[in-house]
Amino acid sequence: MIINHPLLGPRDSSEFYHLGDATLIDRPNREDVNAAEAFYEYLYVRDNPAGKYCELWYHEQGDRSWLVVTRDTTTHEISEVKLASDEARARGRSV
Amino acid sequence: MRFSALKVLTEGLTGNKGWTPHWREREPKNEYDIIVVGAGGHGLATAYYLSKKYGQKNIAVLEKGWLGGGNIGRNTTIVRSNYMLPENNPFYEHAMKLWENLEQELNYNAMMSQRGILNLGHSDAQRDTYARRGNAMLMSGADAVLLDRNGVRNLVPFLNFDHERFPITCGLWQPRAGTARHDAVAWGYARGADQNGVDIIQNCEVTGFQIENGVCTGVETTKGKITAKKVGVCVAGSSSRVMEKAGMRLPIESHVLQAFVSEGLKLTIPGVVTFGAGHLYISQSDKGGLVFGGDIDKYNSYAQRGNLPVIEHCAEDMMAFLPMLGRARLLRMWGGVMDMSMDGSPFIDKTHIEGLYFNGGWCYGGFKATPASGDCYAHLLAKDEPHPLAANFRLDRFMRGQIIDEKGVGAQPNQH
Repeated sequence: MIINHPLLGPRDSSEFYHLGDATLIDRPNREDVNAAEAFYEYLYVRDNPAGKYCELWYHEQGDRSWLVVTRDTTTHEISEVKLASDEARARGRSV
Repeated sequence: MRFSALKVLTEGLTGNKGWTPHWREREPKNEYDIIVVGAGGHGLATAYYLSKKYGQKNIAVLEKGWLGGGNIGRNTTIVRSNYMLPENNPFYEHAMKLWENLEQELNYNAMMSQRGILNLGHSDAQRDTYARRGNAMLMSGADAVLLDRNGVRNLVPFLNFDHERFPITCGLWQPRAGTARHDAVAWGYARGADQNGVDIIQNCEVTGFQIENGVCTGVETTKGKITAKKVGVCVAGSSSRVMEKAGMRLPIESHVLQAFVSEGLKLTIPGVVTFGAGHLYISQSDKGGLVFGGDIDKYNSYAQRGNLPVIEHCAEDMMAFLPMLGRARLLRMWGGVMDMSMDGSPFIDKTHIEGLYFNGGWCYGGFKATPASGDCYAHLLAKDEPHPLAANFRLDRFMRGQIIDEKGVGAQPNQH
């Protein structure tokens, strides 16, 4: 698989480490009343779709950036690659 | 029809005209006591034990495609009970004991071959962990032998013992482990279940569940609605997709695991050997092909095919400890979709929906569990209470903090 890095261009996926679902960006607030339930869902429960899937990849053997990759899990076709920092900012998770 | 040496002989002398189909083609009835969704190894074993051991009569197994077409037909056929955690190994040892008597039980040649599994060790630390694991295995009734370098050399003298980075210094050997013919396991259980009156219905996809007021009363299929008192889902690889139809989200990700077979060679490797400094397991089939596999591809996939980096990694591992195979040619490779659970351990449990049960999350270790999974799931379905050996394989264990993390890597499915 080739991941089209937003800054570095096309890179082989073997340079990357795959973490998992991009919902991991949305860490719950530990001070919420339902924090235990929210962290259980956050850590352990997954949609696991057959089809379009947003996931976090880490460019371990490259510039060490985190990417949000949109990939089809039935064909491995990648339709969109964004910097996770941009995505986190857009979701209000980072400044 | 019972198989016997006499039957083989007489059929051979009379033109093999007396063989009959191993199971019947069935159309679904309107109503069953128990429906098992998925005619893979675990589903068929469940139906078999329900009908044989737990006295259930009115059972159907529904299968989207053809019987045994999923991971029971795609694995590397290894059977073993060398787990460590007390929640796991008694269960797998139960499976091992069922494996040892499977062919007599089913009157079917599953080519069970107890040639042993040898885990290679390459450091002092690894010898310590093998000693610990071996002791845990002995305590749960399994067999284990800790070998030093010479012990390993006596068993498999052809390995590369003096690799610069990963010299072989020790090994953990389970003599009772081995391999079984994967397809024949599915066929044997299907034949046994069919003989006990189970309806095995192929090309019948479950498209939805009939759930009213929190009670599951049946399934919707491509062959119409079927009512059932209990529905047991058993579709590892597709668990999330099927349980989504019941509105459930699972602690599971689907990942692809590749397996490989070489061209046929003369007898080369006596049992199953695994490399301890990477991840590679290899055995030799009765046809002579070397059957081997390694890690999953580490990204979510439903594609049933993998990518080249894992193949390269497996080849590198193999060259590190079996350089004599460097000129063997790869004959075939394939991929299967694994239910990778969040702690690397499976589920055999009720769901919050009454009458709906779930079996899945086998990661890439489901084949060896087949008989015990079927037995324990049948126990749960028939008696509504978990089998003591599978009582920890619960869906809510993450919420309760009772995870069963054999490898100790946390909620990271691609690392288990």
